[in-house]
Amino acid sequence: MAHNPEGNRKQVHYVGDSRVRADRPKLYPPDYSEFPGKTEAFIPDFLLKEWMVAAVFLVGFMTLVMSELPPLGEKADPTNTSFLPVPDWYFLFLYQLLKYKWASGPYVVIGTVILPGIAGAALLLAPWLDRSKERRPHKRPVATGLMIVTIIAICALTWAAEAEHEKQLESAPGRKPKEAKVIAADERGYQLYKQSACIKCHGDQLQGVNGPHLIGVGNKPGMSAEKIIEIMNNGRGMMPAGMFQGSKEDQKVLAEWLMKQKQK
Amino acid sequence: MLRAIYDWVDERLDITPIWRDVADHEVPEHVNPAHHFSAFIYCFGGLTFFVVVIQILSGMFLALYYVPDIVNAHPSVSYLQNELAMGAIVRGMHHWGASVAIVMLFLHTLRVFFTGSYKHPREFNWIVGMLIFLVMIGLGFTGYLLPWDNKAYFATKVGVEIAASVPFVGKYIATFLQGGDIVGAVTLERFFALHVFFLPALLFMLLAVHFILIRRQGISGPL
Repeated sequence: MAHNPEGNRKQVHYVGDSRVRADRPKLYPPDYSEFPGKTEAFIPDFLLKEWMVAAVFLVGFMTLVMSELPPLGEKADPTNTSFLPVPDWYFLFLYQLLKYKWASGPYVVIGTVILPGIAGAALLLAPWLDRSKERRPHKRPVATGLMIVTIIAICALTWAAEAEHEKQLESAPGRKPKEAKVIAADERGYQLYKQSACIKCHGDQLQGVNGPHLIGVGNKPGMSAEKIIEIMNNGRGMMPAGMFQGSKEDQKVLAEWLMKQKQK
Repeated sequence: MLRAIYDWVDERLDITPIWRDVADHEVPEHVNPAHHFSAFIYCFGGLTFFVVVIQILSGMFLALYYVPDIVNAHPSVSYLQNELAMGAIVRGMHHWGASVAIVMLFLHTLRVFFTGSYKHPREFNWIVGMLIFLVMIGLGFTGYLLPWDNKAYFATKVGVEIAASVPFVGKYIATFLQGGDIVGAVTLERFFALHVFFLPALLFMLLAVHFILIRRQGISGPL
């Protein structure tokens, strides 16, 4: 108790006082008495309301978490050449930018540096680019307009990237299943398959020759017998329309047989 | 008893002014959603911080099981998601929280922009906010690789390739990110360190400055 032998409870005596001097004016934030209305103290009045907002938010968030499992794909395989790379959704608009002719190849610097650079610098320096005293959005149309155009552009690019990726996923042959044996090879569907033009491009063991392989075609998301009949009739990508010449009943048998090809 | 402990500490450390400053500062009517429902737009910043707290907590628990090497990373994530009690929930919070954090940050930025709150005298806090945005994007990019599945691997590969196409400095950025010539073992270590140590440290400093400046300058007035 060497520091305070008299038991002086009012004041602490620091030795070699290095604290900021008490008479230094403190920088108090402006009080809001100049704004007409009901101000309230942060704790506890306002914080309770903030917690209510946070509670509502948390319920929504946990609903999302519990309804959608986080995805986990197969272990990274650098030798996999058929995997379609896609960045996380908030990078998609930048990714899409690089797919346009005017921002790729010899002009890639436009997509990687110039456009993002201009947008980033403009955002960073916004307080100095928009120097008017006016704060209302409609009183500063240039700043508001540019921001709205940018938001629309970001949304459109993200949308385009997503649509393109879906399309690529659909037409991509995908990973060839390890189990490559034709399923139900003794059924009539296989006979129909071998008799028709399918075999020329997709191969006698469904292994794919000029066209993509059909092993595991029954596992593809969104694939159904009706969808297969539609592809046979209308073609897809390189595949011409009307490739199946037999009767409607035979076509149905063939499509249902193809849906049995669920090799893993 | 509690009072006595408080007095004992306060007498020595003079803590009362610190918390009274936080507790007593007045919150104006125009940002209070209890008075004007439309004031919920002023909650976006606080909610972003809330999501960041969720990210920190869920990330700390993920780090109990995650192994940052190319052999064990994927099995460890698979284990904590499929075998561990509540593992899928914790990983789900971190996974979806990453996206929600970006969304809330974007909304908060738009609120500040459209209310012109970045103007004098708050220019500096706008800059700090933009830096926080960059750090959060960096956290998203580095965190995406950590599960070490095909999606993570190839997205990072493309990301590094894009960075490498930047003239002059591109190849240095790529080497820095990869820690070598390919996206491989060192890249995963590196992204893990950036995601768990470097970027969060930077984020905490920036957040501290962000909040201190808000207390100094107060919330911008009503429109």
